[in-house]
Amino acid sequence: MNLSRLFSKTPPPGPFRPGAWRSPLRGRWMTSLLASVLLVGIPFVAVTGFLSYAAYNPRLGSNDLTANKGLLGFYLFDWPTEPVWLYAVNQGIHVIGGLVLTPVLLAKLWSVIPKLFTWPPVVSPAQALERLSLLALVGGAIFQFVTGTLNILYWYAFPFSFYPAHLYGAWVFTAGFVVHVAIKLPLMRRARRTRRLIDELRVPLEQTRPEERFEGQDELVPAAPREPTLSRRGLLGLVAGSSAAIFVLTAGQTIGGSVTRPVALLAPRGRVYGDGPNDFQVNKPAASVGVTAEMAGPSYRLELVRGAGGTVARSLSRGQLLELPQHTYRLPIACVEGWSTTQTWTGVRLRDLAALAGVPAGTVMTAESLEGQGTFATTTFSADQVAADKSLLALRVNGVDLSLDHGFPARIIIPAGPGVHNTKWVSRMTFEA
Amino acid sequence: MARVRALYGTTPLHLIALATSLALTAYAALKIAETSGALSIGLWLVGAALVHDLVLFPLYTLLGRLAGRARPRRAVNHVRVPALLSGLLLLMFLPLILSLAPDSYRSATGLLPTPYLERWLVLTAALFLASGLLYALRARRAAH
Repeated sequence: MNLSRLFSKTPPPGPFRPGAWRSPLRGRWMTSLLASVLLVGIPFVAVTGFLSYAAYNPRLGSNDLTANKGLLGFYLFDWPTEPVWLYAVNQGIHVIGGLVLTPVLLAKLWSVIPKLFTWPPVVSPAQALERLSLLALVGGAIFQFVTGTLNILYWYAFPFSFYPAHLYGAWVFTAGFVVHVAIKLPLMRRARRTRRLIDELRVPLEQTRPEERFEGQDELVPAAPREPTLSRRGLLGLVAGSSAAIFVLTAGQTIGGSVTRPVALLAPRGRVYGDGPNDFQVNKPAASVGVTAEMAGPSYRLELVRGAGGTVARSLSRGQLLELPQHTYRLPIACVEGWSTTQTWTGVRLRDLAALAGVPAGTVMTAESLEGQGTFATTTFSADQVAADKSLLALRVNGVDLSLDHGFPARIIIPAGPGVHNTKWVSRMTFEA
Repeated sequence: MARVRALYGTTPLHLIALATSLALTAYAALKIAETSGALSIGLWLVGAALVHDLVLFPLYTLLGRLAGRARPRRAVNHVRVPALLSGLLLLMFLPLILSLAPDSYRSATGLLPTPYLERWLVLTAALFLASGLLYALRARRAAH
C-alpha cells in the first residue's frame, strides 16, 4: 500500500527540501557509531533505574510511590543488604551514566534529524507505525534525561510527581528503544563496517570528505555538502570530551572523599560542609522538615510496638538506647539522586530492638519519624533488612553524637538501601506480629 | 506473506515487533492517564521531542553557523568548541548555575546554591583561555 500518493510530489519549503541538510559529517557510519555507544550505555542506565525501583521494597507498607503502577512496577526480590555499596554503585551508574550520555544522545539526535523532515512523510503503514514509535523513543528519551536531571538539581519545574512520571516515562522510552534496536541493529552493524574508527582518527580536517552513500540510499549524506569546518575525529572528540568533562565535574559526588568530591564542581552534592565529624552531606536538615531540638530533647522516647495498632511493648529514652549493646560499621548513605557519603556509624542492631519488642529477628518493621508528614516519614523494612548484622539504629557517627540535622537522637542506617530509607529522628518502630 | 508485505510495506516480523512496542507504550500511557498531573506528563513527553527538534536544535545550529564565520578559518573551532562546551554545561546545570530553585536546594542540602554561577564562569574562562593558548601556539607554529 503506497501512502505517498496522499502527499504532494513537491516537498514543502524549508527543511523538507532535498539539499536542505548540508553537514558533510552526517552519514550512516557516524550515526551507527554514536548509536553503538548508546546501545551499550542506555541499558546500564535503564537497568539500574528499574533496579532502583526494586530497592525501595515497593511491596511493603507505603514504600511504593507509584500507586497505580499495574504491571509497570514489579516486585523482583527483597532488596539485599550486602554488599553495602550496592545502592551507591547502582545510583552512581544511573545518575552519572545518564549525565555522561547526554552529549552522546544530543549528537545522535543531531546526526539523524534530516529523517524527521523526509518527504513524503510516510510511504507505507510500516513506516507510519515506525515513526509513531520513534516519537515514543525520542520523546521518552528526552523526557527521562530532562526529568532525571531536573530532579537531581532540585528544580521541580515539572507540574507532576517525579517518581511515577520517571517510572512510566522509563517504560515509554524502553518500549521505543528495544523495538528501535531490533529493527535497526542489522543496518547499524553493516554501516559500522563501512569505515574503521581507528582510521578515521587519523584523518585531519583538510582530508575530511562526506561519507559515501551507504547502500545507494543514505538520506543522511547531504546531496550538496558544505565545505567541512570540523573533521570527523573532531566531532567525535567533541562528544567524548563533553562526556569526559561532565564525568569529571559530577562523579565526585558519588565517589566521595575529601579530594574527589570538591572536583565535582557542578554536582549538586560536590560541596564540603566542613571538617567536623558531623560535616557530611545532609538530606533535608531538621529545620526544613519541622523537627526541633525540643522534639529531640529529654522528652524523646523510642516506642517499640508489636503488631500494627498494637500496644507499646517498650518505650526507651536515648540514655536507655545507649545502654544496649552498641555496634560500629562503616556504611554509605546512597541517595536515589546519585550522591553518596560513607561514614562510621555506631548504634543498636535493629534485630536487638526486635528482640526487646518480643518478636523474632526476621520480622517486617515500619519506622516512623518525628517529622510526621512527608513522603519518607514512614518506611517499611523487609525481614532481611531487620535481621542483618549491619542494620542499625545509629546514635553516634564518627565517634560523636549525631547532630540534629543527621537525625539526633536516633536514625536508621540500612546497608545497601536507598538513602531516604535511612529514617532520621525515629520515634516509633512497629514490628509485624 | 507476500500480500502482507504488499499491504504493510515490509516483513510481518516488523509489524509484530512494533505492535508489541506500541501496545506497551499505550499501556504506559494508560497508567500515566490515571496519575495526577496526567495531562502535563503527556505534554512534557511530546513537548520534550518538539522543544529539542524545533527550538534547541535550530538554536545551536544557528549559533554554530554564526561561529563558523569567524576568520581566519582555522580560528573557527577555537571559538566554537569552548562555546559549545560552556553552553552544554549551562544547559545541563542551568537550575544550579542560575539559582532557579534556591529554596528547594536549601531545603534538601541546608546550603545555598551560590557558588555555581562563579564556578561556571571560571570553567568558561578556563575553556576559552586553553583554546586561545592552543590557537596562539598553532598560529606560531604555522608562521614558522
